[in-house]
Amino acid sequence: MIQERRAIGVPVIRAARFVLAHVPDLVMSGSKPRRELARQGEVLRTQLRAHLRSFRDAVAYPPHQVLIGNQVPELLYEFPRPWHMRPMDNAPAVGAAGMIIDQDTFYAWLARADTANLIVLADAYAPRIAAGLDGVRVSTRDAAGLARAVSAGAEPFHCDGLDGAVRVAGVVLPADDEDESLRAPVLLENLAAKVTGALALRRLRDEVAPHEPVDFLLGSGEEAVGDRYQRGGGNLAKAIGELAGVRTPGGADVKAFCAGPVHALILAGALIAAGVHRRVVVVGGGSLAKLGMKFRGHLTVGYPILEDVLAGMAIDVVADDGRSPELRLDAAMVHRIDDGGAGHHMYGALAQAPLRTLGLRLSDVDRFAVELHNPDITEPAGSGDVPGTNYTMLAALAARAGEITREQMPAFVRAHGLPGFSPTQGHIPSAIPYLPHAILGLTEGTMTRVQFIAKGSLFLGRMTGMSDGASVLLERNAQFMRKGVTS
Amino acid sequence: MIDLKDKLVLALGERDGVPGPALEACAVSAGAQVIYSATQCFA
Amino acid sequence: MDLEEQGTIKRVVEGSERSRMVVLLGTPNKGSTTMIALTLTQGDPSYAGPLAGVPLGLPIHHILEPEVRQAIPADVYAREIGPLEFVLDATGISAALKSVRAR
Repeated sequence: MIQERRAIGVPVIRAARFVLAHVPDLVMSGSKPRRELARQGEVLRTQLRAHLRSFRDAVAYPPHQVLIGNQVPELLYEFPRPWHMRPMDNAPAVGAAGMIIDQDTFYAWLARADTANLIVLADAYAPRIAAGLDGVRVSTRDAAGLARAVSAGAEPFHCDGLDGAVRVAGVVLPADDEDESLRAPVLLENLAAKVTGALALRRLRDEVAPHEPVDFLLGSGEEAVGDRYQRGGGNLAKAIGELAGVRTPGGADVKAFCAGPVHALILAGALIAAGVHRRVVVVGGGSLAKLGMKFRGHLTVGYPILEDVLAGMAIDVVADDGRSPELRLDAAMVHRIDDGGAGHHMYGALAQAPLRTLGLRLSDVDRFAVELHNPDITEPAGSGDVPGTNYTMLAALAARAGEITREQMPAFVRAHGLPGFSPTQGHIPSAIPYLPHAILGLTEGTMTRVQFIAKGSLFLGRMTGMSDGASVLLERNAQFMRKGVTS
Repeated sequence: MIDLKDKLVLALGERDGVPGPALEACAVSAGAQVIYSATQCFA
Repeated sequence: MDLEEQGTIKRVVEGSERSRMVVLLGTPNKGSTTMIALTLTQGDPSYAGPLAGVPLGLPIHHILEPEVRQAIPADVYAREIGPLEFVLDATGISAALKSVRAR
């Protein structure tokens, strides 16, 4: 008997989870600190260490509480900046949209994630994380052995010793002495992405429909996993699934710089709509390279080093469940080769054009989620308020289209925009952090539609001068609307 | 007014300002030749 | 401006026909405009890069300066720059460049 053709369905975004790994001692391994330390050595190291935050401070940090879903983003409008001066005492490390883990927990997971005998822990450190290592076989060496390994190319990771001094907690060994793609720093970067992505996936699967099998994983991070012959081979998605204990799906990676996750959402939605899969999770791990990226600015103004967290995320895309917000594939948009790269070109193409096809204006969207970088991180470094600039451009386009006057632009920004609250973890801040809040607003709240717009800087790879971007529109579920909620 | 005709332009663009390709298009339309173009991201 | 880019620019500028060269900036605000303009006219202020202590001696302009706008065909400018004119701080940027030139 011939199988009936599967119906074209409506995809929905059911949930999103974020995990933050607070790793202050890995700030030194971030790309910018590492390069500056190589030039300035001990003086800078002492200065940096003096500005690191404690786990408690990282948990109490208001933007982190927003990211894991314990607070709404709008709360940050009430708090004067800089926000680290307004800690939320007794704030929990777990929330409706995720959790914050400490460095010891992260290091234990690094060992758990190691399938190639790359991690060696210090004899003195291993007992500290014994509980997290339950069931995991890991090598240990004494301090002298680790020092020898570092001289031979291993990458150390540190912790505060029990005596308060900085100690080597362990090292990552190079996988090959001559292969540049398998150098220890690269492997540590990739393991960090694998761990944070897996923790977010695990959290999602444990909390959301744990008995519903995941059919496919779409990786969307900016790491490069490979070896000398295939430097960007990829598919970290499958490795993330394996580590998370989610064994039913297949996987593949979508590579598009910071726009990766939103591109992946469009593809996930299409797979669901076409009936290829019933449950697709978009995953992405954190960026170790971006730790401490703007540390110079923070030192100058006396802030703590705010880029001390790795972020991982997982987004659940399934067939219409009659409740979750619909992913309007007929208003999904990608930036095309012929589109220009300036701000108005990007938002004209990614925001206005798809809305126009539905007969909508910018003003008809309750909220836009754009690049949501925390301005406390970016402003001291001279990069300005990234969300602010983006929202101002959207407002300018609304004015140009005659929806509002120039004078009404600030009010438009306040009504349709958001304060930035995301760590500067590359693809993570690109619209996605607003998902848990949007889902709430589009179900239990009163919102009707939210547009997510991401941009990618392809020119960084030196293969093109182009920018890129993608956008998706989330709408209140049509069936949910009929239950008496006005549009 | 400055004259860009036949000038050799180094276009230093920024993603959050005016990116390289936009600067290039402007310079070329004014009769200049662009000998270097870059776009910085998150400088 | 990072060190690698300083090196590239130095190499490009050391080529021939220096007298015809002009720098055209697309920086988004006053602060970043001042920083880049200073690096290119007086040399890297952090004394860390290839342009440390090396003034390039090239004229520097910003695409949002009125005198630059007037040199570009209006339809091209409207298409390529458009609303960036009032989304970015054009006045602050012009003032920043005037100030650097005066040093």
